[in-house]
Order: sequence, then C-alpha cells, then structure tokens
Amino acid sequence: MAYLDHAATTPMYPEAVAAMAAVLGEAGNPSSLHASGRRARRQVEESREKVAHAIGASPAEVVFTAGGTEADNIALKGIAWNERESDPRKNRLVVSRVEHHALLDPAQWLVDADDFAVTWIESDAQGRITPTALREALGEDPSDVAVVSVMLANNEVGTINDIAALTAVTRESGIRFHTDAVQAPAWVEVNFAELGVCAMTISGHKVGGPHGVGALVVSRDCKITPLVHGGGQERDVRSGTLDTPAIVGFAAGIELAVQNRSENVARVRELRDYLVEQVQLIAPDAILNGALADDRLVNNAHFSFPGCLGDSLLMLLDAQGVECSVGSACSAGVPQPSHVLLAMGADPELARCTLRFTLGHTSTREDVDALVAALPSALDRARRAGVGR
Amino acid sequence: MKILAALSGGVDSAVAAARAVDAGHDVTAVHLALSRNPQSHRTGARGCCTVEDSNDAFRAADMLGAPFYVWDLSAEFQEKVIEDFINEYSHGRTPNPCLRCNESIKFEAVLDRAMALGFDAVVTGHYAQIVHGPLGAELHRAVDPDKDQSYVLGVLTAEQISHSMFPLGNSTKTEVRAEAERRGILVAQKPDSHDICFIPDGDTAGWLARQIETVPGDVIDAETGNKVGTHAGAQGFTVGQRRGLALGNPTGDGQRRYIVDVDVKKNVVMVGPPTLLDIDVIEAINPRWGGPLPVDGQDVHVQIRAHGEALPARVNLGVDDEGNDLITITLVDHLRGVAAGQAAVLYDGTRVIGSATISRSRRSVRQ
Repeated sequence: MAYLDHAATTPMYPEAVAAMAAVLGEAGNPSSLHASGRRARRQVEESREKVAHAIGASPAEVVFTAGGTEADNIALKGIAWNERESDPRKNRLVVSRVEHHALLDPAQWLVDADDFAVTWIESDAQGRITPTALREALGEDPSDVAVVSVMLANNEVGTINDIAALTAVTRESGIRFHTDAVQAPAWVEVNFAELGVCAMTISGHKVGGPHGVGALVVSRDCKITPLVHGGGQERDVRSGTLDTPAIVGFAAGIELAVQNRSENVARVRELRDYLVEQVQLIAPDAILNGALADDRLVNNAHFSFPGCLGDSLLMLLDAQGVECSVGSACSAGVPQPSHVLLAMGADPELARCTLRFTLGHTSTREDVDALVAALPSALDRARRAGVGR
Repeated sequence: MKILAALSGGVDSAVAAARAVDAGHDVTAVHLALSRNPQSHRTGARGCCTVEDSNDAFRAADMLGAPFYVWDLSAEFQEKVIEDFINEYSHGRTPNPCLRCNESIKFEAVLDRAMALGFDAVVTGHYAQIVHGPLGAELHRAVDPDKDQSYVLGVLTAEQISHSMFPLGNSTKTEVRAEAERRGILVAQKPDSHDICFIPDGDTAGWLARQIETVPGDVIDAETGNKVGTHAGAQGFTVGQRRGLALGNPTGDGQRRYIVDVDVKKNVVMVGPPTLLDIDVIEAINPRWGGPLPVDGQDVHVQIRAHGEALPARVNLGVDDEGNDLITITLVDHLRGVAAGQAAVLYDGTRVIGSATISRSRRSVRQ
C-alpha cells in the first residue's frame, strides 16, 4: 500500500504512540488537587511547553482544543464577538477565499446567523493571498473589521502565504489577525511571535500526533469570547476536561516533527519533485496547481487531469493500493468541486478533475513508484469514463 | 468477474452484493447520491437518499469487505428523472420515475461508468432473473410475484441486461430478510422503500402543484359536453382517476364518473362513466428491446402498471407519421383507464421482450 495522503492525516510517530500509551491507563484529572491530578497536570503543562517551544510561542499562549476545526471556530467567532462587544462598529470579517471549511463555514455562519458582514480576500492564480489583495479587501476604511483570517499554508494546493507580510498591512490599524497553520509545522518554520498574528491554529494529527487534539495559540492581549462554557480549564477560552494522553501524544509528535524537519524537508522535497516529474511524463496534459518552488509545501503535489474525474481516479488508484485524495471537501461522501481551485480561477470542470498527493515522514520512493506504476491505466480508464453531465 | 454493487442502504441490495461476493466475484460497492441536499436521517418509508442510508450502505459494504465509494449522480437524476417527471406531468402524461431512473441512471450512467472503469457488470437488489439463453442474456420475472420488478427493468436493452446481475430473482422477500439476519446485515429489518424517493411525504399531487404552474379549468361531461365542475389544473389529473374531482353527486343515474380524458392544452378534464374508459388498443412510442424484436403480429402479454396484471395481447410494429417507431398493442379483453406516459412492458411468458411508452389508447373499430 502506498499512502500518499499525509495532508489528511500523517501516521503518528512511534515515540508519540508510546508517550501517549504510557499515560492512557493512569487516572487523574489535571484539574484535581490530589497527587494523581497534579501528575496529570504536570504532563499537560510539560506538553504545553513542548508545543509552545515547537512553534515559537510562550506556554501561556497555548490553548488546547479538540482539534483544528474547534480552534478555528474559537478564533473566528470568539475574536469577532469580543471585538464587536468592545466596539459595535466592528462587524466585518475579512477572510480569504481559499480557507479550509473549518474557517469558511464559521465565517458564513456568522454572516447568516449573527449579522456579521464578510469580505472575501481574493486569491491569485496560485492560491496565494497577497498584501495587495488583503488591502483591497480591507478597503478604504477598515475600522469596521473585527478579524482577518488567512491560512499559513493551503491544505489543497500547498501554497504558502507570507503571513508576516500580511500582518504588516493590518498592524498599524490594530486589526486582529488569525492564521490557520494546521498544515505548516512539519514543513516550514513557524514562529508565532514573528508572524505578528494574535491567534494561530495547529493540529495533532498533521504533525505525527493523535487525532482529536489541537491548539489555538492566542497572544496574551487577544480577548476571546468563549464558545463553550463550563470549567474554564483553558484560560477561560475553552472549557472541558483536558485530554491528557492526547495532549502528551500531540506534544511528542510536534516536537519530533520540528526536530526532524530539516531532514524530512530535504528528503521529501526530492521525492515530491520526482513524483511531479514522473506524473508529468505519464500525463503531459496534467496541470500542476498551486505555487512553485519555495512558496509551496514540499510534501504537496496537486494536479488537474483534464477529462478524468478526480473521484474516478481515486477509486482506480485505491484499487491498486495507492491512496490519495481528490483534494477538496466531501459532502456526505461526495467530493465537491474545489472552492480553492475555483478561487484560483480554474475552469469549474477542471476543478472536479483533481488529485492531491501529499507525502510525509514515512514516505518512501517505493510509494511514489507504486503511483507511477498505477497511474497510466487509471488515467486511461478514468478518461474513458469521462466527466459526466 | 469485477462487479460493481449499487448499495442503496437497504436490505435487498446488501444481500444481492453479499451473494455476488459468495459467488467469488471481486465486488466494489457504490452508493448513488441522487439528492442534491440529502436529509441527514430517514423519515418515512424511503430507502435511498439520506445520509443515514449512505451510512447503512457503507456498513453493508464493510461487512462484505468491499471497498465503498459514493457516486454523485444528483445532476443526472435531477435532469433525467425529476425534470422528466415534471415535464411529463405538465404535458398531461403519467410517467413512472423508477423506470426512468433505471433507464437513465442505474443502467446507463452508472453502468457506462462502471464498464469504462473496468468492471464487467453491475449487481443490484432488483427482483428479476437473468437467464442465459441461446440468443444471450434474457430478463425474466422474479419467482416472488409480490416483489417482481421486471416491469421497472423493462427499459433495459439486451446489452444492458448482459452486463447486469440480479441475484435476488430466485428468492422471496421473506427469504432475503432471513438471509440478511443470518449474515448479520444491520438493515435486515429496514422497511421496504416505496413511493417516489424524491417526494418524501408521498403527496405527489401537492409536490407537482409546487413545481407546475396550474390554472383552474373546466370539468366537462364527455357524453353531454356540459360543464359539470372546475378543477385546479389539468396537469394534476390522470385518466382513470376517480377521486379528487369533488363533483358532488355523480350523474343522474347515480353512476360514478371517472376521468376519461385530460387535455392539458385546453386545460380541460373530461369525465364520464367507466365504460368510456374501456380501451383495447394501445399505441406506444420509444420502444426498447431486451432481446430480439417480436415478430409483427406476435401474441404476447402486456403489463401497463408496476403491480398490474399481464394481459394477453397482440403486438404490431410500425412507424408513426414522423417515421419514429410505434408499436400497436391490441388487447384480447378490454382494459379500463390507461394513461399516456405509462410504460407498456411486453412479456413472452416470464421473459421481458421490451417496453415502450404509451402515447395513446383507444377502442378498436370492431367496437
């Protein structure tokens, strides 16, 4: 089996599994005051320090959540509500068109259900948000903007945004800026302090930790209205008993991802370049979507194959043990045309003809060779099946 | 063989796929997403279109060890089934959407795609039998007369039949449910789906009224030519229908009146005594043959409703004024209430010869 879907989930590092397993059987609620509680709390706090260290934040800035989607929701809604609370004019969201649904959907919900307005920041043809596009979206008078959100690296096409250049635009007007950095830490250096954002989302299962855990990194001065009320465990921003084993696994995973990063980047870039080269040899009409070279995650290759439906290709490759993704969101198991490609100006039909191959810390040349072996017949059959409608 | 199993999430398709696995085939499962905005949970007696049904299909595939995918055919279904249904009704005809779905979706869009992707056949949970005769695969009635679905499969061409598998055709529904229990299929006791899947509440007239703009018109007595009432819009009525006219007391002689004709262009509904509904000649267009064409003048049986009787008849092949194929079916006995748009499926014993869409019915001159 060749697993080429690391952007969806990358396998846990064995060390992270071991670290997590070691604490799974232990009783102890980190909020309890006895010895077992203190032990659990110590494990959480040590993990918080590791996570903070891995992303250039201070431990007090790390708010653990049950994953990236929750962190995105807390950031967008929590900041927007708090800003409007302190200044009723601030009722506009400025969000990039190429965000993950974990961001797009809460933004749309705030518009539909809570009287916010939204201005979508236009992407360039490679899925990049430029300072010019941000300025355009902010408009002449950005005093009504509650929060800006632009992702650090795109989950579909792998394009990396220069977040520091974007926060430079908002800095003087003091507008709150959130970035979804879920795809980034294993591949690019992420330094929360230097990015200039006030909130940043990260997730466990994208960095070699477990599912169901993530964090919102929040600067000290960034006020957030909570979504879930209860024990107020995490800075009163997020309530709920902390999942100590998952947090321990997350910390071990991100620590290793960062430690191994330069080595992984060098190896995976070479593999990815080989993959791209081979795919283009097999399918000269294939279109490589997204940015080139340094502005792209080294583990990402995203193609449009004209005349071949992405879900036909996925099924055919899956049957040959090659696992990849159509690269866009699913609704009830049905892949939807990619909003990212549409925002990049792609032809709507081509937006259904995509496949995303993403590599990770366990990828080998054999994985890519398995794809190279399976792709020609898959393309041939998918082309015969056509694009329907 | 490499087989594509279409799993609805119901018990029949799950058992059919299981039998294909048992027979040694390499089975891949797909669930067809036919609705653009699927409801999350099933309500009422429907078995195809909710997210819950899709999950049931996924679990059935899991138990069979078959890879599972969802194929989005909602655009095709909207165009070829739902819009066709509305269009037919708006022209005063009475279509059968399940038949259209088999014709255009399950055994065309799905089968074509399956063949292109390298599958040899599609297996479904329909109750019908495929018999391999000297002239190729033949479609026959199922052994369970209560469940027989050969009528809605009557649109299949010989080519489509030769790439289809209906493993349930030799079983009764009771046997299939018992087998599902035995196999541990979770949906063994799921109710049968009926009604039209895209009309969740079963109120076809109400649903149509929201899709088709209608204006009130006259109800005319076919014998006297007198206006005897008004209707809300001719499109909502079907020849042979008795209810829903609100004409108060019937005729002077106390006879019940039926709809004997619907003229959508004039927006007129004609009513009359049931004897006016008696016809013995049916003309039908767009014939599709499941094997060799019948001989002109061949004695056959014809069925015009999903659960109707097969009636003895003679079939003649011809063309209409525009040169399109037209078949004329002359019944041995009179039949009451035949609506245009319904399918006439021809049988030779248990074998499906083919089907055509009824365009007109009348009494023969021998009357």
